[in-house]
Amino acid sequence: MTPAEILDGLFPAGHAVTRDGDLLSGRGTLRGGGGVHVVGAVGHAPIGIDEAIRLSAAILGIVQGGDDAPILFLADTASQRMSRRDELLGLNEYLAHLAKSLQLAQAHGHRTVGLLYGGSAAGAFIATGLACGTLVALPGARPEVMDLPSMARVTKLPIEVLEAKAKATPVFAPGVDNLVRIGGIAAVWDPAEDLAGRLEALLAGPEAGDERAAAGAARGGRPKAAVIADEIVAAARA
Amino acid sequence: MSDQRRSWYEAGARERVAALVDAASFTEYVGPERREISPHLRLFDLPAQFDDGIVVGAATLGGKPILVAAQEGRFMGGAFGEVHGAKLTGLLRAAKATARDVVIAFDTGGVRLQEANAGEVAIAEIMRALIEARLAQVRVVGLIGGRAGCFGGGGLIAGCCSTLIVSEQGRISVTGPEVIETNKGVEEFDSRDRAFVWRTMGGKHRMLIGGADVFVDDDAAAFRDAALAALDRPVRLDLDTLAAEQARLERRIARFGGAADATQIWSALGIDRPQAVPDLPAADFAALAATRRESADDAR
Repeated sequence: MTPAEILDGLFPAGHAVTRDGDLLSGRGTLRGGGGVHVVGAVGHAPIGIDEAIRLSAAILGIVQGGDDAPILFLADTASQRMSRRDELLGLNEYLAHLAKSLQLAQAHGHRTVGLLYGGSAAGAFIATGLACGTLVALPGARPEVMDLPSMARVTKLPIEVLEAKAKATPVFAPGVDNLVRIGGIAAVWDPAEDLAGRLEALLAGPEAGDERAAAGAARGGRPKAAVIADEIVAAARA
Repeated sequence: MSDQRRSWYEAGARERVAALVDAASFTEYVGPERREISPHLRLFDLPAQFDDGIVVGAATLGGKPILVAAQEGRFMGGAFGEVHGAKLTGLLRAAKATARDVVIAFDTGGVRLQEANAGEVAIAEIMRALIEARLAQVRVVGLIGGRAGCFGGGGLIAGCCSTLIVSEQGRISVTGPEVIETNKGVEEFDSRDRAFVWRTMGGKHRMLIGGADVFVDDDAAAFRDAALAALDRPVRLDLDTLAAEQARLERRIARFGGAADATQIWSALGIDRPQAVPDLPAADFAALAATRRESADDAR
């Protein structure tokens, strides 16, 4: 689906979202009348320092605007931009700043909902969709951690081995179903059903804490994370 | 330097914790006796380690109760898997719950690729817990000077800390040199050119552009002293902080965005002999940085 088709499905009452390069910004209107800020990183572009700083500017601008409308973050990105220049200038700070900005927005009362409809990988995924309070996906989304040739280089495992594992191992293999099983994606929304209704139901529900580890345990993809984190909190409070 | 100098770069995680905190004050949480190993490494026929490559617990530092974590760079490059990540997430949630500051000794290549999805989500959970702790007025101090550096998602976590202390050996980056080279070619990034790697990602460059706050020698006592001082710095993470960071990072692109090499940035900072920076002893470098660097001014 294109961003325009997705926005039409989410906001049948209307939306005004403009595209500037591979970044989106604007507003949608819920059927009940409420507004939603829309920010996006689209076009399957990598997120480098120049993209990240514009996204954080948009998020902080929303926080400074003073309302408490939710923020919908549409995502179809590659990985972070891999270049000498981006690392030279401290890409880690720009991506961390973007994640901090999203979480600050949430602390200021804006629900943050990431909607992954295309690809996303590695640092770009962590600083956008995975930094939102809730992350959902459309069928066909393609999250991954790293491309297999790079994984082969780093792990020193033959690419044939990695290709075989990618078919059979949820904790390793890319794809939206595996991220759901791990707990990283809360739900997959079927666009054949009512996208606007899904968004409205999500926003009507209570704002929860970080439930990803518990979801990963319940879905059988991450058996230990929630138990261990809880145990450490209990030990520290004892 | 005293006769007692111990290299931070050479030390393991448990040695770093021992050197950092007050003697006999450390209590480990979910320690090696628990044998909480990764449930995923056996899929790749890889050996597990009983602490999954990270030590977490409570201690005092200069008499002040803190929480502390240290990654073991010698086990799978200190990479974040499910258990490793959950231990740090739990520690950061505990910091918020108990209002105790946290010191993290990073030593990591980033996500542990054999359990890639679990590691990646773990990074996101750690960042969320870290930022929540900071929003609740907890300080999170990061120390970077180990063999594995601080790469990938580790670099993003480091970028969320309230104060970063680095030595020259402390490389901070998102994409590691070998991955850039694999994707973009050796002309873009020659991972075997060690001098180029260190001046692009190393502690001196990060200090000069404001990506780190304190520069120390490769000495465990120096890291301890700097961590102690960092725990006295103001606590703040709010809209003003992030607006200031936004301005700081925009200014960095405007000033240095056209540079092709770190030496051009150092020259633009007013350093007369930028090519000499990599060879400067730590004390001389710290003196130079004090007058020439872009300070982060607590805008992080």
